[in-house]
Amino acid sequence: MKLIDPRLSIIEKRLENIKRIIPVASGKGGVGKSTVSALLALLLKEKNYKVGLLDLDLYGPSLHIFLNNSHSFPKEEYGLIPVNINNIDFMSIIYFTQNKPLIMRGKELTDTLIEIFTITRWNPLDFLFIDMPPGMGEILLDLIRLINRLEFLIVTNSTRIAMETVEKLINFLKEQKIPILGLIENMKIGDQDFVREKCNSLGIPYIGNISFYDNLENYYGNYNEIINSPISKEISQIVNFFA
Amino acid sequence: MHEWALAEGVVNTALKIAQNKNLRKVKTILLKVGEIQQIDLEVFDFALKELSKDTILEKAEIKYENFPAYLSCHVCGYKWSFYESFNKLNEEEKEAIHFVPETIHVYIKCPKCGSHDFEITEGRGVFIEDVL
Repeated sequence: MKLIDPRLSIIEKRLENIKRIIPVASGKGGVGKSTVSALLALLLKEKNYKVGLLDLDLYGPSLHIFLNNSHSFPKEEYGLIPVNINNIDFMSIIYFTQNKPLIMRGKELTDTLIEIFTITRWNPLDFLFIDMPPGMGEILLDLIRLINRLEFLIVTNSTRIAMETVEKLINFLKEQKIPILGLIENMKIGDQDFVREKCNSLGIPYIGNISFYDNLENYYGNYNEIINSPISKEISQIVNFFA
Repeated sequence: MHEWALAEGVVNTALKIAQNKNLRKVKTILLKVGEIQQIDLEVFDFALKELSKDTILEKAEIKYENFPAYLSCHVCGYKWSFYESFNKLNEEEKEAIHFVPETIHVYIKCPKCGSHDFEITEGRGVFIEDVL
């Protein structure tokens, strides 16, 4: 008999108390997937939803910067319980790497993803937002292979350069019949409707846009300031899409 | 306590295999345990027995085959044993590798050329070899 990986059978069970699993993806890097994931988590938590955040950008994890937390460690209890940061349950590879470079090839990315899902015991959640890496490689493919109730949220910026790749991701997901909730246009500049029109032609909902904020970094870790900031007010309509 | 999470996977999978083989009772579960994950076999065995209670695995003998881990450098081709590098790790580093074995690339480098770009050729984690 071929050797069998016992971890695969447990992944769905680990996620059974999570109502909605939403990968935040783009295909393209630098468009604000982490920021959008963190803002949605924070603002939905403010509406009394139970929210989790999982950083699957294994080469470049960054959610911990937004949450201002990298020195905690998940609690050991028949596996690992995510770190609770301001009532958001958070898991990241950062807790195992001491913020040093983690280089990996092919199957090792797959194994890391499987291991994280195997050992993480999420509390019951209304939403789990998964901050996805750029690209359409192992993490995207394995997530789709292993979890059958994903609802993708697509993020882009206002540029044709980003949209060129984002469109490929959307077409791939559509072809695979993976649900797409819609698209958020982040760091919107100007008043052109290029992205909205693109959504119409691709047949996916344009959920809304978020302006470019040059002082966003001042808010990292300052939850109350974020909640009372113009950005929160601007995206309340986007948050209501999920609420 | 990470052993419990893995044991749950083994029990779930062994039950599925037994079902597919139409076994009414499982007599033996053959496991291969790689060195890199640093499984505490006493805890793991206890977890497996606890989780098997009231299932067709309950009375099964669990046989462990430990297998050593080897690493092979992608850059210079050097091959070495995990054990050789393991002794140089501190407790925190060992624990990180215990939870996520791929973090080995953070804490270990090729003894010959210093590269972190190497392959785990054998001995990563836990596998089920057979359910009888």
